[in-house]
Amino acid sequence: MLYREAGDFKTSYAKDSQTFPIKLDRVGYWTLMAVAFLVVPFFINDYWANAVFVPFLIYVIAALGLNILTGYAGQLSLGTGGFMAVGAYACYKLMTSFPEVSIIIHVLLAGGITALVGVMFGLPSLRIKGFYLAVATLAAQFFLVWLFNKVPWFYNYSASGQINAPERTVFGIIVTGPNTEAWAKYLFCLIFVVVLAWVARNLTRGMAGRKWMAIRDMDIAAEIIGVNPLKAKLTAFAVSSFFVGIAGALFFSIYLGAAEVGEAFGIQKSFLIVFMVIIGGLGSILGSFAGAAFMVLMPVLLKNILVGGMGWPTDLAAHLEFIIVGGLIVIFLIVEPHGLAQLWRLAKEKMRLWPFPH
Amino acid sequence: MNMKKIAAATVAALMVGTPVMADLVFPSLSYRTGPYAAGGIPFADGYADYFTLLNERDGGIGGVRTQVPECETGYNTEKGVECYESTKGQGALVYQPLSTGITYQLIPKVTADGIPLHTMGYGRTSAANGDVFSHVFNYPANYWNGASLAVNHLLELNDGDINGKSIALLYHNSAYGKEPIRTLEDLAAKHGYKLTLIPVDHPGQEQKSQWLQIRREKPDYVLMWGWGVMNQVAVQEAANIRYPMENFIGVWWSGAEHDVLPAGEASHGYKAVAFHNVGDDFPVFDDLQKYVVDKGLAAGAGDQIGTAGYNRGLYAAMLAAEAAGKAQSMTGVADINAAQMRDAMEALEITEERMTELGMPGFGPSFKVSCANHGGPGTGAIAQWDATAKAWSLITEFGESDMSVIQPLIDADSAAYAAENNIEPRCN
Repeated sequence: MLYREAGDFKTSYAKDSQTFPIKLDRVGYWTLMAVAFLVVPFFINDYWANAVFVPFLIYVIAALGLNILTGYAGQLSLGTGGFMAVGAYACYKLMTSFPEVSIIIHVLLAGGITALVGVMFGLPSLRIKGFYLAVATLAAQFFLVWLFNKVPWFYNYSASGQINAPERTVFGIIVTGPNTEAWAKYLFCLIFVVVLAWVARNLTRGMAGRKWMAIRDMDIAAEIIGVNPLKAKLTAFAVSSFFVGIAGALFFSIYLGAAEVGEAFGIQKSFLIVFMVIIGGLGSILGSFAGAAFMVLMPVLLKNILVGGMGWPTDLAAHLEFIIVGGLIVIFLIVEPHGLAQLWRLAKEKMRLWPFPH
Repeated sequence: MNMKKIAAATVAALMVGTPVMADLVFPSLSYRTGPYAAGGIPFADGYADYFTLLNERDGGIGGVRTQVPECETGYNTEKGVECYESTKGQGALVYQPLSTGITYQLIPKVTADGIPLHTMGYGRTSAANGDVFSHVFNYPANYWNGASLAVNHLLELNDGDINGKSIALLYHNSAYGKEPIRTLEDLAAKHGYKLTLIPVDHPGQEQKSQWLQIRREKPDYVLMWGWGVMNQVAVQEAANIRYPMENFIGVWWSGAEHDVLPAGEASHGYKAVAFHNVGDDFPVFDDLQKYVVDKGLAAGAGDQIGTAGYNRGLYAAMLAAEAAGKAQSMTGVADINAAQMRDAMEALEITEERMTELGMPGFGPSFKVSCANHGGPGTGAIAQWDATAKAWSLITEFGESDMSVIQPLIDADSAAYAAENNIEPRCN
């Protein structure tokens, strides 16, 4: 009754092709935006920012990036952790070399540098596909981590190989370093997420996205109808790496403040983001959000319930977390192989037909 | 839905924040899971048991009971940050994360939040310079002392001349493992030995190629900066290539029972640097047995008492409790806060009499912390493993490390940090 197209008249082409064709969706979207921008910053504290919102938002960006590459363009990548490291180290070098330039520009440039590196490692995708490409990107992961460990220039010759984010401000508000207010951290990441999600959404429903999907669904057919595989694949790598690079830059500068490449950007990070994309739903913007929420928030929630709520020993709770999260992943993949986004799609269909399912 | 209710209750509890408690809170960022659990469990047990002992025997510190909320980090920096944020609101007095990676995260955070951080024998070595690092303490010894102590031992073995000898450093390829490199390089320049660096990647299960290199190059001595599962594997591999164990020296983090036991008899003679005493032949262990173990209050499985890691946890807790007591006597307030705790840590003095009083005679060095020196004396001894008796024993006296090499390094590194973060020197 409430959730349907009927009665929502579109009088222009722009209205007809808008992202949310149903009024209730639009209302929901703007309400969410209003809450995220106008309500949450006033109530957020250090714990909620550092343990929940900031990691969630940053992982959303990384998941969006990988989703563009794997979900839309069909190129499986296991190098996400390595590309995040490129973003983080690029951001660090830029922050320390040009302290007077705004951090926003540094984060965007870090994304750009990662895009270049991503294109370089995407070149083999023109010749190899599927699992073989996955192995090639795996090589990128190990190579990049090794590089940032090996070459002291990247970590400014510090004794321990750690990189530390110095304090930087945006319009006089501190956004990196230990004196950052929780709301500043949160809003800084939120703005990046909103803008990048908007870009991703519009890229994927435009010409670029349709080319990627054509390549994903059948590359030979796509080539015959005039899609240039070189351009399509490399743009997918570039855009995806740009997103992942920004995620890495924010991960280091805003969230952690100090990072060590092997620990923060190891192979487990690549897998974590692949899981996010698969559980959230391949080829879906909403899926990136849902997947990141599931993988980031679930362990924190379980920990708070088991240790904080029920007072269990921490080691038992930590092991149970692994079992529960792992079990849920398996259950989700069996019950809904297309991810959480598909569940939402089905729910929407049901809502449209309600209360007359036939 | 029951789950939902619990979740809602949890969320509500977190939103409201934990009510102020009249307890002294010493959060334990422990790790009882993952590849580093073998080192994390004994330390966490020792840390918790000492505070339980204080509660049971003395009714806490100065009449205020202590509380040790545990939070599992898994040696992971992201979880470490979550743990820090979730416990700092409970009135935490001091943090001891037992992880160099997490320490690097926390150094700026604790300084901003005004909570002291005590990284005993780990963390950022240059934090010994209290002039720059106001809230970080790493007394009584740090990595660079450890490196120097190991080299001193080699000098002793070779009658003061190790010119031309070759030394390999087998290290965990992380901030932790890289810390001693600079000191060892400077010492190499001073004493004329040849240093080979051999990194081992996280978690250190696989070291075949590293030990092949050692077998090929035959270094006279191997030093190890390992942690967790890496230690056992290294000792086993050394045994496999029949590397002479008495020439293989680990830092204190590579010198626990669980590191050498898996290799059995072959590990006999393996050495490790120690900055506190070994074994359970101290009066405090009788009290632990009486007040903690017999009452069934021991932390964890209760099977770690007297091991190297447990003793270190005990020692860390003792130093924290002493500082808390000092803060109480300095301020005259029983329910101290983190700022008072910090001031007391900076004024802390550990004497032999006080340690005897605590039932720990000769357990660690006597030392005095000052505003400029947060690093303590940096003394240590060499412990050797006896595989037949299954026990560590100190084979040297507690000796000085070469501060003429270490102090300039500390000054240079802390000056770089101060310049990066615009920190003014505090001590005059």
